[in-house]
Amino acid sequence: MTANPLPVPAPSPNFDTQEFWDAAAQGKFLLKRCDSCGVIIWYPRFVCPDCHSTDTSWFEGSGKGTIYTYTIVRKGQGPYKDAAPFVVAYVELEEGPRILTNIVECDPESVSIGQAVEVVFQDAGDGAALYRFRPTET
Amino acid sequence: MQVSGLRGKAAIVGVVDAASPTGELELTGRALEVDMISKALDDAGLTIADVDGVTHTSSSMQLAEHLGIHPTFTDSTSTGGSSFEVHVEHAAAAIAAGLCEVVIGVYASTPRSDRKRPRGGAGRGMPPGGMGPMAEWEMPYGLQAPKGAYALSASRHMAQYGTTSEQLAQIAVSTREWASMNPEARFQDPITIQDVLDSPMQASPLHLLDCCLVTDGAGAFVMTSAERAKDLKKPPVYVLGAGTCHDHMMISQMPDFGTTPGVQSGKKAFGLAGVKPGDVDLLMGYDSFTITALLHLEDLGFCEKGEGGPFVEDGKTGPGGSLPMNTNGGGLSYTHPGMYGMFLITEATKQLRGECGPRQVEGAEIAVAHGSGMVLSCMSTIVLGTEASL
Repeated sequence: MTANPLPVPAPSPNFDTQEFWDAAAQGKFLLKRCDSCGVIIWYPRFVCPDCHSTDTSWFEGSGKGTIYTYTIVRKGQGPYKDAAPFVVAYVELEEGPRILTNIVECDPESVSIGQAVEVVFQDAGDGAALYRFRPTET
Repeated sequence: MQVSGLRGKAAIVGVVDAASPTGELELTGRALEVDMISKALDDAGLTIADVDGVTHTSSSMQLAEHLGIHPTFTDSTSTGGSSFEVHVEHAAAAIAAGLCEVVIGVYASTPRSDRKRPRGGAGRGMPPGGMGPMAEWEMPYGLQAPKGAYALSASRHMAQYGTTSEQLAQIAVSTREWASMNPEARFQDPITIQDVLDSPMQASPLHLLDCCLVTDGAGAFVMTSAERAKDLKKPPVYVLGAGTCHDHMMISQMPDFGTTPGVQSGKKAFGLAGVKPGDVDLLMGYDSFTITALLHLEDLGFCEKGEGGPFVEDGKTGPGGSLPMNTNGGGLSYTHPGMYGMFLITEATKQLRGECGPRQVEGAEIAVAHGSGMVLSCMSTIVLGTEASL
């Protein structure tokens, strides 16, 4: 079974995250590192949630990770009203952070915890892009 | 309560403010708030790591998540321009009472420079930090609120500990047994594990009957001093202990999907009350979903982490069981108007007064009301007891 195409809502950047979404529109998945303690910060923000330094910098992440947990949504809401079934998952990135996303380009029933995935960017219109993940080709 | 009890118990130890002749500041939104907090703490010779109490006019939870701290005192009271005076008042009371030691308060608003920020600024009429991280990092992905978040937790719990759909279903079955003795309950007819498994899947692994109701509901309570309570109409139900903790706001920031901050809130409440899980006659544990109730059993220490599934299997949380849970029929079968926590308090109180008729837990002296806010984000545990428990 092939999943339905998902809506691609435009992101809503703010002062802390504009750079992330600008890069996403260029097909780059940025992460933030704390220059004080070295921890990788997710979601991107002004302050390190680990050591509370505000000395942070962007770098390009690998865009690869594994599925930490997931759910197959059977009843979508709002723009997702007609999209079910689709997968909402929490991906653990190679760099450490776990992020919420969709798993796309696959049969929802084939998804499993521990599965390797990689980032894809989808056109959200108006020059913006939304990141999602798909199973890594083996 | 003695107002004089606050005197000399708390002080303001650090301050900062920012403005400029141009009328504009460089930072905005959450970044500006963090800058102010850091400087005020520096003024006091403290760091963010010292903070265990957070106040904010829109969401102390979102601020704490942003800072990466897990406060045990939280206050989002919003009264407009006087909010910050109120926060100082609450914080002083909390500190005097020993709930926390270091409380922060903050304000940042940049209406002038926001005019130049067509996109990306906090913006006029928007909360600090823009639309908020939930709108930015979760809502685009179609996660059902709040069902999907609980599904992610349940999915992880199953993978990590071997918890089964049948075990989760048993919670719904036991809760329905209680509801059958509550004439006010939305659903009173018995159900089986198979009924739960056969009900439509909502967000895997949660079926319709794993989910709470959507109903009208209302409640209220009145509290007074122990001294005053003695002369009133009904037997007093004493607050023996209380504890609160939140460790995230949106589900993708939950540190461990299999463990809630009920570990901390429970430990604090039980510690203050001087009781152990084994002393509890009745648990009112917020059951927005079957997985929610299961996590409470583990995190409050009624069983070991990961053992919630086997623990509920024999129906011990139902009528006649060793740990009566959600005796009103819970959010799963009695009522769930959205913020169900009120009904935990009212049922626990009625049980301790012996007013529950056919569903009365005989000889109940100690009850726990354990609330869960947002998406397993903020847990608050209240230990209640009869006069005999004092």
